[in-house]
Amino acid sequence: MIEGPALWLFIAVLGAGTFGLRFVFLGLIGDRPMPEWVLRHLRYTAVAVLPGLAAPLVVWPTATGGTFDAPRMAAALVTLGLGYWTHNVILAISAGALTLFGGLAILS
Amino acid sequence: MTTATKTTNSPFWQGVRDGAPFILVIAPFSMLFGVVGTEAGLHLAETMAFSVLVIAGAAQFAAVQLLTDNVPTLIALISALAVNLRMAMYSASLTPWLGPAPLWQRALAAYFTVDQSYACAVVKYEQEPHLSVPERMAYFFGVVTPICPLWYVFTLVGALVGDAMPAGLPLDFALPITFLAMIGPMLRTPAHVAAALVSVALALGLAWLPWNLGLLVAGLAGMMAGAQVELVLARRADRSGRA
Repeated sequence: MIEGPALWLFIAVLGAGTFGLRFVFLGLIGDRPMPEWVLRHLRYTAVAVLPGLAAPLVVWPTATGGTFDAPRMAAALVTLGLGYWTHNVILAISAGALTLFGGLAILS
Repeated sequence: MTTATKTTNSPFWQGVRDGAPFILVIAPFSMLFGVVGTEAGLHLAETMAFSVLVIAGAAQFAAVQLLTDNVPTLIALISALAVNLRMAMYSASLTPWLGPAPLWQRALAAYFTVDQSYACAVVKYEQEPHLSVPERMAYFFGVVTPICPLWYVFTLVGALVGDAMPAGLPLDFALPITFLAMIGPMLRTPAHVAAALVSVALALGLAWLPWNLGLLVAGLAGMMAGAQVELVLARRADRSGRA
């Protein structure tokens, strides 16, 4: 593992690069108008990225080495379902966590 | 999610309210990073530098993991940045709403663009399109207020207490549960559902791609699916409206 100045350089470049990714459109385009077809695609950014981020973590959990895990799948479905029907994030997270703890306790 | 449009609460405080639930997952998750970083041999200042300069959980974990595995430094850097490519998509998506704000505010908002602040903000902006640009900024920083300072604080706690964390907590699932809780309220129209389904299918099908590129393809394809379904539905509504 790298250490000292090399590690500090690594952290600094990763930080600067990540900021660059966050700043690239918001900072450089600003209030210049964007064409309607671009805006139409941007409306779906959140709902196109977050599910793709979550799906592999749910289907192949890191904690089980990628093996399908029933308690985690149940917790995922409960969280998504409650979020969808109640729009209450804290309720969805809490119920999902309880489902996970319950499921793991039953199976252990 | 708040539905009140006429309250005495300022947009800032509405943001604080909407961001607060995420403390439940941010605190243990950042604490875990403090523990993992310390166990990987990072000094306290180095662990803190990750959380303050990078401020992106998944990329921080990926970077430390890769460095511990002695992957070539450049590969580790590119991989961790690839995990954060979605931030560029968030940046583009926020631009129509926050673009007219002063540059220093946009730079600050860019630094604080994380999954939670982004997701809360776009839902709010779409629900209440009449909000002024300063009100939108105030809401954004409201969401950030309970989340990001605790990200730093609990990284510090994790780095200091280290092994005192109770073993066996399924903390790997803190991240997916947060995302799923945020996705639910977003599925408002058939176009949003189509975008989500395409994204899930491609993210799973392309998981073998290196450097997290599968997520990027899944995200772009999901956006195209959403935009196309919106167009088709709009044309159909237009036609039945005229008939």
